[in-house]
Amino acid sequence: MTRRPRRVGGRVPLALLLPAGIALLFLVLPLVALLMRAPWSTLPQRLASDDVLTSLLLSLECATLATLVSIAVGVPLAWVLARVEFRGRKLVRALVTVPLVLPPVVGGIALLMALGRRGLIGQYLWDWFGYQIPFTTTAVVIAEAFVAMPFLIIAVEGALRGADDRYEEAAATLGAGRWTTFRRVTLPLVAPGVAAGAVLCWARALGEFGATITFAGSFPGVTRTMPIEVYLMLESDLQAAIVLSLILLFVSVAILVSLRDRWVRSA
Amino acid sequence: MTVVDADIVVDRGGFRLSLSVSVGPGEVVALLGPNGAGKTTALRALAGLVPLTDGSVRIAGSIMDDPGTETFVPAHRRSIGVVFQDYLLFPHLTARDNVAFGPRSHGATKADAQAIADRWLARVGLPDLARRKPRQLSGGQAQRVALARALAVDPALLLLDEPLAALDARTRLETRAQLHRHLAEHQGATLLVTHDPLDALVLADRLVILEEGRVVQDGDAAAITARPRTDYVARLVGLNLYRGKGSGRAVTLANGFAIAVDDTVDGDAFVAFPPSAVALHREQPDGSPRNTWRATVAGIQRHGDNVRVELAGPLPAAADVTPAAVAQLHLEAGQSVWAAVKATETRAYPA
Repeated sequence: MTRRPRRVGGRVPLALLLPAGIALLFLVLPLVALLMRAPWSTLPQRLASDDVLTSLLLSLECATLATLVSIAVGVPLAWVLARVEFRGRKLVRALVTVPLVLPPVVGGIALLMALGRRGLIGQYLWDWFGYQIPFTTTAVVIAEAFVAMPFLIIAVEGALRGADDRYEEAAATLGAGRWTTFRRVTLPLVAPGVAAGAVLCWARALGEFGATITFAGSFPGVTRTMPIEVYLMLESDLQAAIVLSLILLFVSVAILVSLRDRWVRSA
Repeated sequence: MTVVDADIVVDRGGFRLSLSVSVGPGEVVALLGPNGAGKTTALRALAGLVPLTDGSVRIAGSIMDDPGTETFVPAHRRSIGVVFQDYLLFPHLTARDNVAFGPRSHGATKADAQAIADRWLARVGLPDLARRKPRQLSGGQAQRVALARALAVDPALLLLDEPLAALDARTRLETRAQLHRHLAEHQGATLLVTHDPLDALVLADRLVILEEGRVVQDGDAAAITARPRTDYVARLVGLNLYRGKGSGRAVTLANGFAIAVDDTVDGDAFVAFPPSAVALHREQPDGSPRNTWRATVAGIQRHGDNVRVELAGPLPAAADVTPAAVAQLHLEAGQSVWAAVKATETRAYPA
């Protein structure tokens, strides 16, 4: 039998305990309400409905593509920020984090200005190739990547800074150039950080609403992702909105559990 | 014919490292010095991990670093192998893949690199541990894998940074003997950085002693142990050392104390004698000892089978006496004694 450790800190003051309880309730109660209002009996049919499945698949596809894009260009940017000394590095690091604090709607407008049919780059795509990005599935991926990539970059840069760069020196003394070293030593060493960043990035992309609806609109099967579907269903079919919300809640909890070892426990 | 010819000058925030060193093929040179002397910086400069401020590094006939001509060959293009102090074996690779990493980076195919790795693991006596990850290796095994990894690229220059410092005393003894054998077989040059005089004396053909960024003494073990030139070296080899002005068969220290010696020296000179040459008496001895002085016992410590007595006075010295003598003389700190050293037990040499 192990005895419970005895407390020595004295009683917890009510002035702290009470607001703490309110905060906890405030965070948990809405989710409990969502679970209680869920139409459990008709859940299977509703999940199987075409609208739900279409938006679910579109969401998963776009979030995954946005994450892959973020990994492909975000990990190299994180490496440059962590390992290359250059003028203006602090400025670049600040710029990278702007989408984190920017209201997503503003991000959507900004994307339109850049990639819209009359945008900075978009006008040439339209004039030369007759191609427009906004209101396509590509636009959804771009909007999600724009909002979610900073999560990945910050996580990977943190992992790189925390990794012992003497392993990279050891690789250099063994004849490995910087690219080989990155591929065979640095990346494997920070793989857990990359994975955690990718999961966060994916979760953020899956829930993206503001930038997506602004830049990509809401076309069923093309740009209407789950969060947008939830918002639209709210007007016509509350039960369906709850079901979709449950799916997103379930995914969020699953992500939290998968990251438990990395963040919740170490905190 | 030398493999390494280096004239290293590195400035680092108020500290200047400045040393010249050359190492021939098959030769092992130990860079010995106290912590903070700049040993590791010198090794890093040779490896290409730290750029020179001035001077030049030449390995196997080619210039690797020369600030004068803006030449710098990065670490991965130098013919070197490095065993780091804590080995830095890649934690995500097996022992075999760690050793194969160098050959692979130098362009060998995967199969060839693995064959080379297996051969080296066999040479260091670990053929059965090829599939182990570094965390599954003991300290001594990790050290041998690190050595195999550094040697697997057949480097012109092998650099060892405190290769035995991370090991416990027993493993150290065994590993030192094995390391000695591998270094003897290595055809290229070897530079060993250590603060342990025993490592240096056992492993190296020649010693370069570094203090505060400069070379204070170099030569083979016999020359250095016989004629130390700084307090640090004297302590390493266990001698009392004094500096003064010689005139015939006496050396006069700055405080006026004259030591009678058996050698003839003139001008600036060192005098050295071992602690075992110092005899302690309660009364002033007469007869053969030529040097006697009144000293105060500053400290008493066990030292092997004997007792080491630290003496303060005109000639601060360490004396080794038997436990019986300590009892007989009732030695204790603060007590006044007579110390005596025969001239024939001293060595005097020009500074």
